[in-house]
Amino acid sequence: MKALLALLLAGTAVSVSAQDLGAPQSEGGPVEVIESESDDVVIRITDEAAWSDIGIAIPAFATDRERATPANADGTGALGREMARVITANLRNNGLFKPVGPDSLPQPSFAQIPAPAYSTWSGRSAEMLVQGYVRARDDGKLVVGCYLFDVALQQQLVREGWVVGPADWRRAAHKCSDLIFSRLTGESPFFDSRIAYIAETGPKDRRVKRLAVMDSDGANHRFLTLGSATALTPRYSPDYSKILYLSYVDGNPRIYVYDIGSGKQVLVTENRNPTLAPRWSPDGKYILYSMAVAGNTDVYRVPATGGQSIKLTDSPGIDVGGSYSPDGSKIVFESDRSGSQQCYVMDADGSNQKRISFFGGRCATPEWSPRGDQIAFTRIAGDFNVAVMNTSGGNMRVLTRGWQDEAPTWAPNGRIIQFFRTEKNTGRSGIWQVDLTGQNERRLPTPVDASDPAWGPIRP
Amino acid sequence: MNTKLATILLLASATGLAACSKKAPEVLPPDPVSTPRPAATAAPTVTPTGPTVGTQGHFAAAVGSSTTIYFDTDRYNIDTQDAAALQAQAQYFARYPQITFTIEGHADERGTREYNIALGERRANAAKAYLVSLGVDANRIAVVSYGKERPVALGSNESAWAQNRRAASVIIN
Repeated sequence: MKALLALLLAGTAVSVSAQDLGAPQSEGGPVEVIESESDDVVIRITDEAAWSDIGIAIPAFATDRERATPANADGTGALGREMARVITANLRNNGLFKPVGPDSLPQPSFAQIPAPAYSTWSGRSAEMLVQGYVRARDDGKLVVGCYLFDVALQQQLVREGWVVGPADWRRAAHKCSDLIFSRLTGESPFFDSRIAYIAETGPKDRRVKRLAVMDSDGANHRFLTLGSATALTPRYSPDYSKILYLSYVDGNPRIYVYDIGSGKQVLVTENRNPTLAPRWSPDGKYILYSMAVAGNTDVYRVPATGGQSIKLTDSPGIDVGGSYSPDGSKIVFESDRSGSQQCYVMDADGSNQKRISFFGGRCATPEWSPRGDQIAFTRIAGDFNVAVMNTSGGNMRVLTRGWQDEAPTWAPNGRIIQFFRTEKNTGRSGIWQVDLTGQNERRLPTPVDASDPAWGPIRP
Repeated sequence: MNTKLATILLLASATGLAACSKKAPEVLPPDPVSTPRPAATAAPTVTPTGPTVGTQGHFAAAVGSSTTIYFDTDRYNIDTQDAAALQAQAQYFARYPQITFTIEGHADERGTREYNIALGERRANAAKAYLVSLGVDANRIAVVSYGKERPVALGSNESAWAQNRRAASVIIN
């Protein structure tokens, strides 16, 4: 814990000029992509099957000229080392490849970045080599180049460069991680993304629940609410400009649309009834919410810009939640109309409601994978566990074994699922993640207890 | 001998379980809300020792444990025990027609967060509907669900969960 706090403090100190979340364009701003300076021929690597065993060397990124920047007062060389550390941690923490970081590797020179000294690396049983550079521009921005080489073939596999503000230096490291990951696995990227969640403190019967956000690796952590009102179930908008969440700020559970740039928030619908379980449509144009009228909860849809709500479900049972298929044509939601919580799929206009979960136990909090082929959900069968099934309810697989694991959320590439795990008796909670094999499970570092993770899309 | 003892224990625990699964364990009588002040040096006026009308203390002193009703897992029906408690509440609110109050619906921790908010809402509304059927004006009753966010019993066992699956009538001043 102490180490974690120190890390956080260090993070704060480093990002002195970081814009506060309240400032416009602090979130979701595109990273300018540039050609990194070298010509090359891209060659596809042959074997993508056994990529988890690939040894990757990630030495410190080099710099052309030492310059102190707001990103790192010790200079661009020190920043380059931090970049390589972030990339190494990304790959290692997600069980990807066998990365070796900059602290146990020789440091390449700036001139060697596009043309590695291959003999140095082949002797270290590194199959792949990641090299990069950091250059401070006169306008205050950083240019970061990222190269991936196949050591045995002595060939460059891919390269890319980005121009970022000093406060966004970690994003360049995440972009580089994504470049490596995508090139070696053929999968879509996921590192350059953010997570909204609920930070929890205090005893079980007086728990303080605050809205918080962080990068996919837990860095750049911020609390967005003070905790005087209970906040629950956040959801990032697809463009990261807003967060939907539930707050008891007026004494009742209601969904607010929180604008990150302005810090202002409005009710999702002007209505005296309690609203809960907010969700975005994939294009960000619609919001799903659930509303209880005289005790009966149904699912509604409203344009994100406001206006008329449309009631999508109409059963005497509790219909709640909802998650769009990536193409926006269908919605999976949960209902206890059969007598217990089960998962149902309907068309986006509410028609053709069909139960899909028939495997025993209950099915709750379904979330459609961004790839479209799977639905993650909370399986309740004695304990609460995160499970996946295909979109018609088949091939159910339980991925976790906690006492109470609930509320799965997908990584932008649909390969990893985060959820929150609650401890028996103490009520302590934490965010965990698991891959689709169920093999790689780990807890995410958060400064305090955490629940309700909501993983946003890959950033532009 | 051992076998016999074990049987007795088994029976006892089975009985305990049966009792728990149906209803919340006996709720302790509410704490005395106002303690009489020690006689000060001022003139010993005859101050009323009970709580004043319009406070939760007064309500609780009048109806006892009937301020709160309890539910089975995932259920929201009003059974005979709940009905008796709500009748006591209705009599109280008939006697003090100026009082408005809130019914807080709750669920135990063994449910998902959003579903539990909906479930608490359903429970609180079931209690409200029953009170309205007994003649309490619906406009006097506000309803709020806290889902599983505000447990009163902190353990992770059936006894604690039974105490947390509740709809509590609360007079908020």
